[in-house]
Amino acid sequence: METTTRLAPELIYFSSASGNTDRFVRKLGLPARRLPLRAGDPPIAAERPYVLIVPTYGGGSVTGAVPKQVIHFLNDPANRSLIRGVIAAGNTNFGTAYGLAGQIVATKCGVPHLYTFELLGTDQDVAAVRNGLEQWWSRRS
Amino acid sequence: MRTVTHSLADALATPEAIDWNRIQDSKDQEVWDRLTGNFWLPERVPLSNDLASWASLSQAEQLLTNRVFAGLTLLDTIQGTIGAVCLIPDAITPHEEAVYTNIAFMESVHAKSYSSIFSTLCSSSEIDAAFAWSRQNTYLQRKAAIVLGHYRGDDPLARKIASVMLESFLFYSGFYLPLYFASRAVLTNTADLIRLIIRDEAVHGYYIGYKFQRGLAEASPAQVNNLKDFAIDLMLELYANEVEYTRALYGPAEDSGRSPGLVQDVERFLAYNANKALMNLGFEAVFGPDQTGVSAAILAALAPDADENHDFFSGSGSSYVIGHSVETEDSDWDF
Repeated sequence: METTTRLAPELIYFSSASGNTDRFVRKLGLPARRLPLRAGDPPIAAERPYVLIVPTYGGGSVTGAVPKQVIHFLNDPANRSLIRGVIAAGNTNFGTAYGLAGQIVATKCGVPHLYTFELLGTDQDVAAVRNGLEQWWSRRS
Repeated sequence: MRTVTHSLADALATPEAIDWNRIQDSKDQEVWDRLTGNFWLPERVPLSNDLASWASLSQAEQLLTNRVFAGLTLLDTIQGTIGAVCLIPDAITPHEEAVYTNIAFMESVHAKSYSSIFSTLCSSSEIDAAFAWSRQNTYLQRKAAIVLGHYRGDDPLARKIASVMLESFLFYSGFYLPLYFASRAVLTNTADLIRLIIRDEAVHGYYIGYKFQRGLAEASPAQVNNLKDFAIDLMLELYANEVEYTRALYGPAEDSGRSPGLVQDVERFLAYNANKALMNLGFEAVFGPDQTGVSAAILAALAPDADENHDFFSGSGSSYVIGHSVETEDSDWDF
């Protein structure tokens, strides 16, 4: 199945009402789906291998660093089985919690933590992720 | 300064009790929880363990430190008693008002924490001299005047822009110094306290920036353009002043020969944080990587123990180890 993979993986991401991660994903210009914000919204399911983009919540502790909507999504074994990598958003000003959500998901799911960017990401972050994903994905497929 | 209509409307409105069981904007609850979860007091930080380290600094370095902390005290004082408070009348939800009262209080905690540092490390005459300096330093007074001018103006969105500039950008000429010392294992307990302040300010800048963007969503395209131009112009005006402030403060330490490249590194740290202030407002970064390349030691001091590898693609980080593959149960995520 993976030998037929396209040039880039699908991206599945979470972004809160502040929309920082959403803006970063839009700048990437790659196929992407956003996880629902509210519990009542229709859920989405992974259908092919994907890379997760997740903002880090909280201020330094593991508790609450991963948004609960993302936990809910990964609690489904079918979704968890298709994750191939994780990219985290964060803020260096949160100290040790910088990009912590990426580390937690990577460890829990046994996939690489690919990149961390701050807030909505700079042009350099966008270029690094776009090129990085493309090369990494073609190497592994 | 409130307008007559505003006060009249306030006077006629029925006072409303805040109901935390009816949340209009879940961001208010989320940020309230984060801020109260981050609560701390300076008395918990063992500052006196820095006394030996303090004695190892040169007189010029001690003077620089006192001035940096006096400057930070002024900014926190302004934010606690004017900056966060002046956002309350513009709040859309009662919970937003409550969050601003939390922000205002924590800014007062921050301002007081510098006094804890002073009383631990300095004599009364040194403390008095630092405060006297803060009243007379042109660049410090100018940055206070610029921000206060907008806090007292009549545009609620301009007020939020100025507030985010203070929270996410203007502190950093000062924050640089304890991080720099920490990277050399000097005043490490003081640096721990400063990191707590930095963490709080990061949430403040994020939240006020978020509320700004909510307001901006209601503005006309012309207003949006004007506010964006205003934000960038204000940032550049403040940046020019910060560069002067930095040179005046840090120049002598660099000239003493102990810290080559110090001023330039502070300037990069300023540009890096100015970008983040703009991003908190929802605008793109302005300074490019050649202007924001802060030394790795400072970033490491900012986020100690953080995973240094954050670019797997380029292989630039050395610490990357693939996560051990363990069976994950649903209960694993119940945290």
